Amino acid sequence: MTTTPTQATDLVTLTIDGIEVSVPKGSLIIRAAEEAGIEIPRFCDHPSLDPVGACRQCLVEVWMPGPPGPDGTPSEARQMQGPPGRMKPQASCTMTVAPGMVVKTQVTSEAIDKAQQGVMELLLINHPLDCPVCDKGGECPLQNQAMSAGRETSRFEDSKRTYPKPVNISSQVLLDRERCVLCARCTRFSDQVAGDPFIALVERGALQQVGIYEEQPFESYFSGNTVQICPVGALTGAAYRFRSRPFDLVSTPSVCEHCASGCAQRTDHRRGTILRRMAQNDPEVNGEWNCDKGRWAFAYSSVGDRFEFPMVRENGELRVASWPEALRVAAAGLGHANASGVLVGGRVSAEDAYAYAKFARQVLGTNDIDFRARPHSAEEADFLAASVVGTGPQGGAVTYTDLGSASTVLLLGFEPEDESPIVFLRLRKAFRKNKTRVYAVSPVASRGLAKMGGQLIASAPGTEAEVIAAIKAGRGSKRVEEAAAALAEGGVILVGERLATVPGALSAAAALAEHTGARLAWVPRRAGERGALEAGAFPTLLPGGRLVTDASARAEVALAWDLAGLPDTPGRDCAGIVAALRSGELDGVVIGGVDPFDLGIGDADAVLGGAFVVSLEQRPSAATAYADVILPVATVAEKSGTFVDWEGRPRSFEAALTTTYVSDYRALDMLADEMGHFLGCRTQREVADEMTSLGAGTGPRPTAPNVPPAEPRQVADGHLVLATWRHLLDQGSMQDGEPFLAGTAPRATARVSATTAQTLGLADGDEVRVDLVTGACVVALVTISEMADHVIWLPTNSAGSDLRVALATEGGDHVFVTKDGDA
Amino acid sequence: MTQLTPILSKFWDAEQSWSLATYEQHDGYRAMDKAFAMEPAAVISAVKDSALRGRGGAGFPTGMKWSFMSPPDGDARYLVVNADESEPGTCKDIPLMMANPHVLLEGVAISSYAIGCKKAFIYLRGEVVHVYRRLLRAVEEAYAAGHLGENIHGTGIDVDIVVHAGAGAYICGEETALLDSLEGRRGQPRSKPPFPGAAGLYARPTSVNNVESIASVPGIILEGVDWFKGMGTEKSAGFGIFSLSGHVKNPGQYEAPLGITLRELLDMAGGMRDPNKKLKFWTPGGSSTPLFTAEHLDVPLDFESVGAAGSMLGTRALQIFDETVCVVRAVDRWIEFYKHESCGKCTPCREGTWWLAQILHRLEHGQGTEADLDKLLDISDNILGRSFCALGDGATSPVTSSIQHFRDEYLAHLEHGGCPFDPQAAVLWATDKESVSA
Ligand SMILES: Cc1cc2nc3c(=O)[nH]c(=O)nc-3n(C[C@H](O)[C@H](O)[C@H](O)COP(=O)(O)O)c2cc1C
Ligand code: SF4
Ligand code: SF4
Ligand code: SF4
Ligand code: FES
Repeated sequence: MTTTPTQATDLVTLTIDGIEVSVPKGSLIIRAAEEAGIEIPRFCDHPSLDPVGACRQCLVEVWMPGPPGPDGTPSEARQMQGPPGRMKPQASCTMTVAPGMVVKTQVTSEAIDKAQQGVMELLLINHPLDCPVCDKGGECPLQNQAMSAGRETSRFEDSKRTYPKPVNISSQVLLDRERCVLCARCTRFSDQVAGDPFIALVERGALQQVGIYEEQPFESYFSGNTVQICPVGALTGAAYRFRSRPFDLVSTPSVCEHCASGCAQRTDHRRGTILRRMAQNDPEVNGEWNCDKGRWAFAYSSVGDRFEFPMVRENGELRVASWPEALRVAAAGLGHANASGVLVGGRVSAEDAYAYAKFARQVLGTNDIDFRARPHSAEEADFLAASVVGTGPQGGAVTYTDLGSASTVLLLGFEPEDESPIVFLRLRKAFRKNKTRVYAVSPVASRGLAKMGGQLIASAPGTEAEVIAAIKAGRGSKRVEEAAAALAEGGVILVGERLATVPGALSAAAALAEHTGARLAWVPRRAGERGALEAGAFPTLLPGGRLVTDASARAEVALAWDLAGLPDTPGRDCAGIVAALRSGELDGVVIGGVDPFDLGIGDADAVLGGAFVVSLEQRPSAATAYADVILPVATVAEKSGTFVDWEGRPRSFEAALTTTYVSDYRALDMLADEMGHFLGCRTQREVADEMTSLGAGTGPRPTAPNVPPAEPRQVADGHLVLATWRHLLDQGSMQDGEPFLAGTAPRATARVSATTAQTLGLADGDEVRVDLVTGACVVALVTISEMADHVIWLPTNSAGSDLRVALATEGGDHVFVTKDGDA
Repeated sequence: MTQLTPILSKFWDAEQSWSLATYEQHDGYRAMDKAFAMEPAAVISAVKDSALRGRGGAGFPTGMKWSFMSPPDGDARYLVVNADESEPGTCKDIPLMMANPHVLLEGVAISSYAIGCKKAFIYLRGEVVHVYRRLLRAVEEAYAAGHLGENIHGTGIDVDIVVHAGAGAYICGEETALLDSLEGRRGQPRSKPPFPGAAGLYARPTSVNNVESIASVPGIILEGVDWFKGMGTEKSAGFGIFSLSGHVKNPGQYEAPLGITLRELLDMAGGMRDPNKKLKFWTPGGSSTPLFTAEHLDVPLDFESVGAAGSMLGTRALQIFDETVCVVRAVDRWIEFYKHESCGKCTPCREGTWWLAQILHRLEHGQGTEADLDKLLDISDNILGRSFCALGDGATSPVTSSIQHFRDEYLAHLEHGGCPFDPQAAVLWATDKESVSA
């Protein structure tokens, strides 16, 4: 990426309170003043929102240079006035700078100081004296600026406006109307940034208030940001309201564990309890925002079912054991097993993943390890090795910033709003500010796609490879041709993990990138996937993207690990490990943070029942029932570590809480010790240092896979092809314990095209029964105008549509759909 | 003695003055032919040369407004007629549209042609359903007669008119709030720049003009610039409708050259309603313009003179109050109006009018101290010029001007412990002999 340095000609020079500043053309006065180190009080102004000039707190005096005289030099600056003779203050948050402009703020203009005090006084007349009980008290812009720009006493002796309090604008956001200063930050955020204009200012005058639309609740994935940017305590989060005062909290910088967006957050806690999480400003990644899952889904660690102590199975029952005993039992069990594998989910930190990767090779002597506890393929493994591993912002890989400036972005098997919300926000911003064109190869045009101004290239599940090939060839529908032409001018292709389920699709995506010159990036869903890939928790890759099959790469790692050698045959992938456990070829397994249901195993008994299972767990899961030994491990708040976001950007975090829980790497280190191996993974520092010194492999990168598309399967009469992905807010176990958040999760609906609905004699709102191989579900039908025909979309893991857990199906399966009650 | 100049109101007394037939008998739709034979730029020049200034309150030169619009780029441009007329006391556009709607329609056609607009909108105040019906009917008649629509009078010129009724909010008379409302949003003023001339309705170049401004255009075209400039003063050319209301014998619309005085108008209107009662105060241009008193009877009612005397010509809404009226009570009612109509967008107006109203209400009932008067003035000072749009500015006019002229009357309320006036004495049915006691 080349960035054009700001040219001197793009700069405008003006004087603020006697200080000369040069700022980019088009800057607002309030920003220019910040450059000069002058803070103008403000409420409605927010750098990430379009200006409104509503609160009038930011008034300044402005002198404009007069028109140039005959010699071309501008005449004396003239004060902006109105009514004539009276200085007319200007809102510094809406007025842009001009060359030669002279600005006087409260610092140098008495009249402005008075004007600001006047506005502040007016803002306070209807503001309640809630500070002692208000969540915002102590971190409140109104409080702070009332101190800096207000009078010490109030002249208001009349009656304040009051309202019954509070109003639930959603299950998780509450509004105390009398506290609201009507700055429209929340409404502008929802409308402009999130694209969810479900709250709006309603009524007039002093009765103006934030209102909701009864038929369209404030169900936005990003609603928590309104609580954070509200400059008063008018918006509060249901979970935090009245729980604490800001000055009683200890804040620890953290990184969100819920997806690969990599949000910088702040975890606020008090005496060992997390009270809230806030978005932390990281301009290169999440800006100032996060999503509601990141903000509010942290209660899962305190719902009361944590494993506090190790457990061992005795006479079929799990019982508490000491660490030494549990380690002894685990070591013995794995030692007796003929062959063991490692199933590590995509949720652990990079350091943990590294420890699993090393444990598998060094202690278990196998490459049977895979982080992909989700639908995956061998083609995907090749794709990741060829196109993804080892890339990152430093190496010129696609970044958030690139998304913001891309002319075209093509989404393949990826629904950003549900699967990587900050990518969604960045693309929406790119669409709004940069006119970025977004195309999605997907079965259905989602609301998220509409909010990015995106265009659907409709493709039934399983046909993606052909559609991608058509884009490459530049032949097909008008939209395909447009997308092809647009990509050829440079663009970005974002590939989601779901594409792995379609034979040939990832091959086609890589070929498309190669052909068009568009840049390619892979966006997994879980926070730990990318880090695990880099750390070598993968059947074909060692740490640093080194190929298992590359002898010199193996030697390099063996040397670093002080081993004679490493297993040289590529390992089994997740599905392979499951199959081998089922067949008995493997009779031991270390499971870390994996729910067997994630693997799509309907019959966990047949898979895990016969093997020796060591499970590193935070809370009970479906694996618990089969575990022979359970080693309790820390949640993200209790450990330090690193996630690697989809860009390949490391996101390190500190432990927020001090507990006795250990991170997975430490548990594995102890287990290795018990088994007679020195893993060298005792502290995060030790692991991180080793990872750094090992660095990236230097061997040749394999070429991208070249898998042909599979023959499309015939769809039998009355059957539809199932398309599915997870809603951001659903039944995921890491959202447990937060009912207010769950209250805004999208309800499960079945989506079909209008044509398909007609063919099946179904209509909007019908309850339909979807029969799958293993069961059925009944959900309400929604017809979608832009959608592939003969396809039905269901959420993967929502209440009433529990595809993976209860039904063990995945996208591409054929299902039978009838109106509920018919059949 | 200045004479009335009935031009727009010339045949308001005719049988069915509003019908197309009546309009056509009075040279109706002839200015259009003349204008369509000119270049659009020439029409703009004529309006510019006539020195016609906007009749909606601010008095911005109409021709200049048109020439400030972004140059045509082949895409849509709009004329929007502001028929929201909601300023207290203003009653000119509504009677005009009631009595002679076609002069407005002809003005719209000519003005649209001048600025390159093919689709014009008339944004009408929501409450006046009778005017809405009349406008719709007139538009229908004009289309049927070929005065509107496609290929008007065979010239190849197309102009469509959409009449839109608002929902009854004073703020929707403010031009940018009007545009938001017309677009289907909640009416709140927009940030300027961009000005409507650059990005107005649907973000396209738009001219927003008052009903009377546009209705004055056919006359200027037909009779010529000199005819128009022959009336009024040099900087406030032409005629205007003065609406007289309150304690005046014959309230109503008086069309006269700008620069006429209230003394002259009162004479024409038969004097005060009760000749024995003295004029106490009046508004030259509606409630948003600072009050005048009997001292100002000879101020020429043109933009400059009224300004020099400390008020504004505004919309020439002359509300006349005789000595029976309590100024505190009147101001209290006005502020109640502003408080109710404040759109709520900006702090000074939203909170300021709320506060002013409470203080005035107290004072009217004799509660408070003299310090409250200074507080009223200071709050007004904090609103005027600090609010987002002119509604907030206007709200301070009655407060500051009434304290300026009638401070003693405020104090009398405090001394008296309530209003010293008998409110019944000011009403229409009041007589000197009986005063109704409660
Ligand atoms: C609160 C407020 C209400 C207004 N109401 C009206 C109105 O009802 N009619 C009108 O023509 N102009 C009204 N205006 C003035 C308009 O904003 C605008 O200046 C005018 O329509 C321009 O037309 P003109 O140039 O022909 O006068 C109002 C302004 C404000 C601030
Ligand atoms: S609720 Fe908060 S953010 Fe929203 S308008 Fe009110 S003060 Fe502003
Ligand atoms: S977008 Fe992803 S990383 Fe950011 S807060 Fe939400 S779940 Fe966490
Ligand atoms: S001054 Fe402010 S609150 Fe009042 S009407 Fe204008 S924008 Fe609305
Ligand atoms: S911060 Fe400028 S008007 Fe609110």
